[in-house]
Amino acid sequence: MPPRSGPAAHRRARAGTVLRNAAKRLPARSSVVIRVRGLRKHYRVHERPPGIAAALRSVFRRTYTTVAAVDGIDFDIAAGERVGFLGPNGAGKTTTLKVLSGLLHPTSGEVAVGGHEPRRREDAFLKTIMLVLGQKQQLLWDLPPSETFELNRAVYDVPRAQYEATVRELTELLDLGDLVRKPTRTLSLGERMKCELAAALIHRPKVLFLDEPTIGLDVSMQASVRDFVKSYNERYAATLILTSHYMEDVAQLCPRVIVIDKGKLVYDGALEELVARIRPDKRIVLRFARAVDARDLAPFGHVVRHDAGQSVLDVHKDAVNRVVTQALAQLPVSDLTVENPPLEEVMSELFARGRQAAS
Amino acid sequence: MSVRGTVRALPTLLRVGFADSVAYRAEMLVWVLATTMPLVMLALWTTVAQGAPIGRYGEPQFIAYFLATFIVRQLTGSWAFYEMNFEVRNGTLAMRLLRPIHPLWAYAAEGLAAMPMRFLVSLPVAFIALALVGRTAVTHDPWTWALWVVSVAGAWLLTLFVNLVIGSLSLFVESTVKLMDAWLVFYFVLSGYLIPVDLFPHALRVVVDWLPFRYQIGLPVELMTGAHDHRTAVALLARQWAWVGVGAAVTSIAWQRGVRRFAAYGG
Repeated sequence: MPPRSGPAAHRRARAGTVLRNAAKRLPARSSVVIRVRGLRKHYRVHERPPGIAAALRSVFRRTYTTVAAVDGIDFDIAAGERVGFLGPNGAGKTTTLKVLSGLLHPTSGEVAVGGHEPRRREDAFLKTIMLVLGQKQQLLWDLPPSETFELNRAVYDVPRAQYEATVRELTELLDLGDLVRKPTRTLSLGERMKCELAAALIHRPKVLFLDEPTIGLDVSMQASVRDFVKSYNERYAATLILTSHYMEDVAQLCPRVIVIDKGKLVYDGALEELVARIRPDKRIVLRFARAVDARDLAPFGHVVRHDAGQSVLDVHKDAVNRVVTQALAQLPVSDLTVENPPLEEVMSELFARGRQAAS
Repeated sequence: MSVRGTVRALPTLLRVGFADSVAYRAEMLVWVLATTMPLVMLALWTTVAQGAPIGRYGEPQFIAYFLATFIVRQLTGSWAFYEMNFEVRNGTLAMRLLRPIHPLWAYAAEGLAAMPMRFLVSLPVAFIALALVGRTAVTHDPWTWALWVVSVAGAWLLTLFVNLVIGSLSLFVESTVKLMDAWLVFYFVLSGYLIPVDLFPHALRVVVDWLPFRYQIGLPVELMTGAHDHRTAVALLARQWAWVGVGAAVTSIAWQRGVRRFAAYGG
């Protein structure tokens, strides 16, 4: 692709710097709960071309390739932190969470969670963590969630008084009401996810791995799950790692993000800093009292979207004050808002530039 | 989880497992119907035996044998393999691995939890059997009954271990349904489930004596119907429990190696 000039090319050049200088935020050693060094997880995957002949050949001779799902990442996470784990599909997020929770054995590298080596899956370790997989469930399908709660009480050896207090608290925070007495199979997706969260927290884990906990939920249910997760983190000082394709989840919950792409760490630091580095623009949304021609907007900044009554401009953050003043003076503005660019755009730009840098 | 912790959790595991086993009434009915093959064989063999006894089996002996088979099957059945295979394929085995209780204990507890339902099915059949063929059809020797209890426990454990071994192999090859089907073919033919083992030709019987299938169902049935003296019964029990030991060892190895390979398919 020939080199291009203009704002987009300029942003790509800046992103290259971010990728090379991925900030490492390492907490003070004493407070570190999760420590990962040189983690690699490689899978051996069977490959077969389509067709009957290939199917028959594969019976006698199979070809395998090695996929580096996680390819040498390092990070530390301190007690009580909320960290967003971001990356495109297949980046290695879920694999990393499964290694951290002891479900997968790393190919190489060191992993410690709360002083335990997860792969050993010792009881003391399992009693301090929980992994919630948005697309898998632990609730017993044919029984009410209250039965899974009771099962977890017994399995995690939770004292009866603490169990009852926890269930009361979770029922109130998640607004579970009578849901816990209905068979799981009769609950809606959102209701089920709330009950999943409650079942996962019966033993009050100190480290919580959440993999797509809001997937498939409507906007209001997403918000209530987010609120709950935040309040649990604050109430119990629980450490939390979250993966989600809903950037709003990450923006609302996680002051810090770790970004991986193709198994490699590309950023570890504050979410705001990431946004500022990748997209140092602000987004100005203008609503007009009467129609404005798109050509009249060009001097103010990069026009992202324009229709008769509303325009969206990207403006460098240093120019925001000047542009706002000029727009109010020169255009028939009825309303004006200044916001950060959407996180989805920031992330897709980050990954696009990463791929470009790699090629 | 420690053994003490597992024992403490067991009553709840059994209670919840029982609730799960009776959640679907229609499924329960299908399950009962699916285990009635010995009753079909009963009808078949009693018809064949109308002309003349076959071996030591006349009509009453066949009735006693296959009603006993039905009862023993209820008490020793295990379906852990199907659960494991499903959970490996769709990744929900992960949820078991996250709990501080060994998944194999959990599968065993779920199997045990279904026992009360099986008793509900098998006890009426036992009473019907007594009414039909009279008290002479089953052994009256208390020692043989004591050995029967041990043989039922051994048969249940052996069947459970077979399920767990083949289920654990799913961790290596993604699906072992065909392997289980193959095992079941041998099980049905060589265990005494469809044909009493003592009706086999001598050469085949010698082989069957050293294979595990007979100890999954045939031995308890033979003890229940008074086919063996004490010495023979103890010798056969020793072979059964040797197979239980082998089953436990192979289960442990297959599970430990398999779980390292677990990659939560679809997850």
